[in-house]
Amino acid sequence: MSEIFVKDRELVMPGDVLAKSIDILPGNGTYRDGEEIISKVIGLVKLKERFISVIPLSGKYIPKPGDRVIGVIEDVQPTFWNVNINSPYLGLLLLGEAVREYVDVTKTDISKYYDIGEIIYAKVLHVSRSGVVSLSMNDPKAKKLRGGKLVRITPYKVPRVIGREGSMIELIKEKTNCNIIVGQNGVIWIKGMNEGLATRAILLIEKESHITGLTQKVSKLLEEGDKK
Amino acid sequence: MKKGKPERLIIDGKRLDGRDLEEFREMEAKIKVIKSADGSAMFRFGNTIAIAAVYGPRPMFPKHLQNPERAVINLRYNMVPFSTEDRVRPGVSRRSIEISKILKEAIAETVFTEEFPRTVIDIYIEMIQADGTTRCAALNAASLALADAGVPMKDLIAACSAGKVDGHIVLDVNGKEDNYGEVDMPVAMIPRENKVVLLQMDGLLTKEEFEKCLQLAKKGCMQVYKLQKECIKNTYKQIAEGDENV
Repeated sequence: MSEIFVKDRELVMPGDVLAKSIDILPGNGTYRDGEEIISKVIGLVKLKERFISVIPLSGKYIPKPGDRVIGVIEDVQPTFWNVNINSPYLGLLLLGEAVREYVDVTKTDISKYYDIGEIIYAKVLHVSRSGVVSLSMNDPKAKKLRGGKLVRITPYKVPRVIGREGSMIELIKEKTNCNIIVGQNGVIWIKGMNEGLATRAILLIEKESHITGLTQKVSKLLEEGDKK
Repeated sequence: MKKGKPERLIIDGKRLDGRDLEEFREMEAKIKVIKSADGSAMFRFGNTIAIAAVYGPRPMFPKHLQNPERAVINLRYNMVPFSTEDRVRPGVSRRSIEISKILKEAIAETVFTEEFPRTVIDIYIEMIQADGTTRCAALNAASLALADAGVPMKDLIAACSAGKVDGHIVLDVNGKEDNYGEVDMPVAMIPRENKVVLLQMDGLLTKEEFEKCLQLAKKGCMQVYKLQKECIKNTYKQIAEGDENV
């Protein structure tokens, strides 16, 4: 017998029993105790075929391979860089993954490639069990980001900022004429004349991401912002 | 305020503050009270107010304190100097070290620390006002703050106290009853599993009285748990309705 006690997109919190069945599998944000599937976090329920999961409304970014993230170089070592990727773990960018050409580390200071404080858009290569995150610049989209400003949001809200097939982010880009790159770690890079307005729109999405009719609200904010 | 022991703490089945024996003081819970924290909460039992802030999971330094298998929980319970009638000397005391330790152990029961190896979860609890049952208020606030921070946990922790005053078993002991009554017994539990994670007692009880006290406290915890859940639900409802103050 499978019983599901919650609806799709319902708000749940730790300890809420979502379903009682051994046929349904616990997805992200849930755990199994005997027959019951229970939520671990405050979030919205997502039902998908045999899976039941909870999308958290807050929390830290946990890196996984293949993610594209925005990071800030925190330290330069002889053969690698430490990168702050807005996560409990530091990103590690090895020289071989950062620079295509041969570099003689005994003769060169590698800070000429990336220096402390510079912003990069990189791919997560590998995450070890103990939390070493290897990054790579060996990716068509990876690059150094010059200028602009960074906005940090809850990483679980990144899909809402992007919108369905990129609709939300395209709307903001079009209305504000800004260059925007969204990292999956919740760091967003904005560059352009209307940085302030774009930031306001993104923060609005973060705050009200669990509400329906968000697109109208955001476009209203962008329209009003234009008049000022 | 007059000092010294009142003659009787319970008169005609009513307590000094007019409550019944098995009645809570007014309770209040709130989340998202500190903007800069990852998660925060306030919990109040009458005049006892606790504020908790959670930061993390974040990298742990110095490195030798990291645990390669799980996150370390770092908890500080502190009473602010103006929280009681007599000024509390700032800084750590024997009492605050003890309470920090037991609260930390209670919280470790519910948090999935194994999901974040080598990190630390910092929890800071400040007692703004103290009038009995402070550790329970602190624990309630801390568990709400953890949930607000998005830290994965088995369940919220609900805590309340029971005790014996003037020969009667009572719920939710206040400051005067704690000082001049016979027994104060804080209890914290994980309601879903019906598991007690904190139980202390000072004073003497017979076996029967202890059982009665524990049952009463457990019942009280369920009431606290309900309030905590309502608090979270209401907060997100208010955000949905566009309340600017949340």
